[in-house]
Amino acid sequence: MADDSTTTAEPARRRGVTGSAHRWLVTTAGFLVTLAVTFLGLLAITFFIGRIVPIDPVLAVVGDRAPTAVYERVRVEMGLDRPLTTQFVSYVGDVLTGNFGTSVSTGRPVIEDLARVFPATLEMATLGIIIGVLLGVPLGVIAASRRGSWLDQAIRVVGLLGYSVPAFWLGLVGLAVFYARLNWVGGPGRVEIFLDGIVQPVTGLLLIDSIIAGDWEVFGNAVWHLILPASCLGFFALAYIARMTRSFMLDQLSQEYVTTARVKGVPERLVIWRHAFRPIRVPLITVIGLSYAGLLEGSVMIETIFSWPGIGNYLTVALLNADMSAVLGSTLVVGAVFIGINKISDVLYRVLDPRAR
Amino acid sequence: MATLRDWLIDDSPASPMQARLNRLYRVLGALMHNPLAVIGAIIVAALILAALFAPWLATHDPLRQALAERLLPPSAAHWMGTDELGRDIWSRVVYGARITLVIVALVAVLAAPAGLVIGVVSGYFGGWVDRILMGITDIFLSLPKLILALAFVAALGPGIENAIIAIAITSWPGYARVARAETLTFKNSEFIAAVRLLGASSLRVNLGHVLPLCTSSMIIRVTLDMAGIILTAAGLGFIGLGAQPPLPEWGAMISRGRSFILDQWWVATMPGFAIILVSLGFCFLGDGLRDVLDPKSGEQR
Repeated sequence: MADDSTTTAEPARRRGVTGSAHRWLVTTAGFLVTLAVTFLGLLAITFFIGRIVPIDPVLAVVGDRAPTAVYERVRVEMGLDRPLTTQFVSYVGDVLTGNFGTSVSTGRPVIEDLARVFPATLEMATLGIIIGVLLGVPLGVIAASRRGSWLDQAIRVVGLLGYSVPAFWLGLVGLAVFYARLNWVGGPGRVEIFLDGIVQPVTGLLLIDSIIAGDWEVFGNAVWHLILPASCLGFFALAYIARMTRSFMLDQLSQEYVTTARVKGVPERLVIWRHAFRPIRVPLITVIGLSYAGLLEGSVMIETIFSWPGIGNYLTVALLNADMSAVLGSTLVVGAVFIGINKISDVLYRVLDPRAR
Repeated sequence: MATLRDWLIDDSPASPMQARLNRLYRVLGALMHNPLAVIGAIIVAALILAALFAPWLATHDPLRQALAERLLPPSAAHWMGTDELGRDIWSRVVYGARITLVIVALVAVLAAPAGLVIGVVSGYFGGWVDRILMGITDIFLSLPKLILALAFVAALGPGIENAIIAIAITSWPGYARVARAETLTFKNSEFIAAVRLLGASSLRVNLGHVLPLCTSSMIIRVTLDMAGIILTAAGLGFIGLGAQPPLPEWGAMISRGRSFILDQWWVATMPGFAIILVSLGFCFLGDGLRDVLDPKSGEQR
């Protein structure tokens, strides 16, 4: 990465420090405005969804036999008599101060629930993306370097399977085969029940917490349980990453500098990894960011199958109980993280790739 | 037949009709040379045929319960076995093709024209119209599709109609982007300028000349999106928010078979194979169509 930054520093110096600082300010301001507008859009959508619910929120509180006077009083207390724009402003205020309402199913504030369940999802998605990158990038490079071979076709089919296999079905079959039949991995949940709650939560990430506590039994058991759901998620990341890596590599391999390197007699392995692979690292970061965000979303189905106590499971339980505060809170958090990761990979792309500046 | 072929590959077609058939003939010819596209087309055709002729293909009534025959393994009488109520899984999978086809068709019919119109208007008029429409589109694009669909269904209430509406609401932005990009490339070309000089109104220019040119990229995009739509619909059914029992929807069938996955594996796996096969078919076909209709765009989605 060091060589990238030196080449990009040069034109900036030539333009003059003030010019580049000004440009930088404008770009950053523009970026922040888009970010704010996108978040506001997300809030508008969740607000709108909250309004189209056919359940009358007042009736849910007072019950359907309450006298009209009580009904009216609660309606005013809940702010439902005010114009929609005022309601939206106070909704935005609530969300910004972390007030997501109270969950009907758990009886706790939604924000507390979300803070408790989010690390479990993060842990699974992170291991998933690591698996996806470690397998997907090499597979994509191999497919591109042997274009048209049976290996390329096989990788292509694996890639398309990533778009065609339902996540919940893959998890279910994986559980039946690798847990029930072969007993290679742990079953549903993060750890065995008798190991649950032994380690003090510090970060909420069980693997890290058990290392901090020095409890290797819990650590081993957590890995044993995490590996299958993370691999299922990793498969979907792998499919996308391999596909994109292949197409980026094919672009590079058809360039003239690759031909020059080959003519010079550079070994094919070096042509591929030292010459063709280098320029695709930057676009790959965007791809990896996108698929990481996608995994946070994809974990909804996987968590349902594996009884994984993460945000996906929380969302499904809330959905089935028509617990709208919890549903909208989860949607907001997943949406915000999704937008955040997308924008960060966008920024990284601009910072790392001199041509995108 | 040689004369018909000559007419079809004529370099100077005499009528717009002949020109269109020419193009269709060439596209089909090119598709035939792409093995994956042929496989995809066969799978999609099989889905349509299964949906049309479900009563003849099914060996049993998909809804008839026979508790004496519950959870039977695949056999000559029940090709895919039976479920926990003794219903024949093969017959249910065949009838499920109808539900899947209705879902993807309705989502395509609702979302694609909406996206097309928004994209064309945005690209053609530019300025503030473009900024506002694309702003809304980008907000939808930057949100997670599945989660958004889940939230919409939660608000609208479970059921197949609401699932279709929710999926359509989350699918149009992609089409709007494609249509806008296409419109921008045609907008300043000479033939559009010529039509305008002849006095055609904006509506006429757009409907008669810009919209038709966007269709091939729209067809590619819709076909490629089909797999995602099928998966989302199945996911909603699996969670219990999509098609409701006793409808033989594939996702809902997997959900019911979940409790029997260890001993009666066929209950949950068979509908899964149907989903994978059909999604894969649309992916193959979409990939092939893109290679033929839009060779420049390469592999990227």
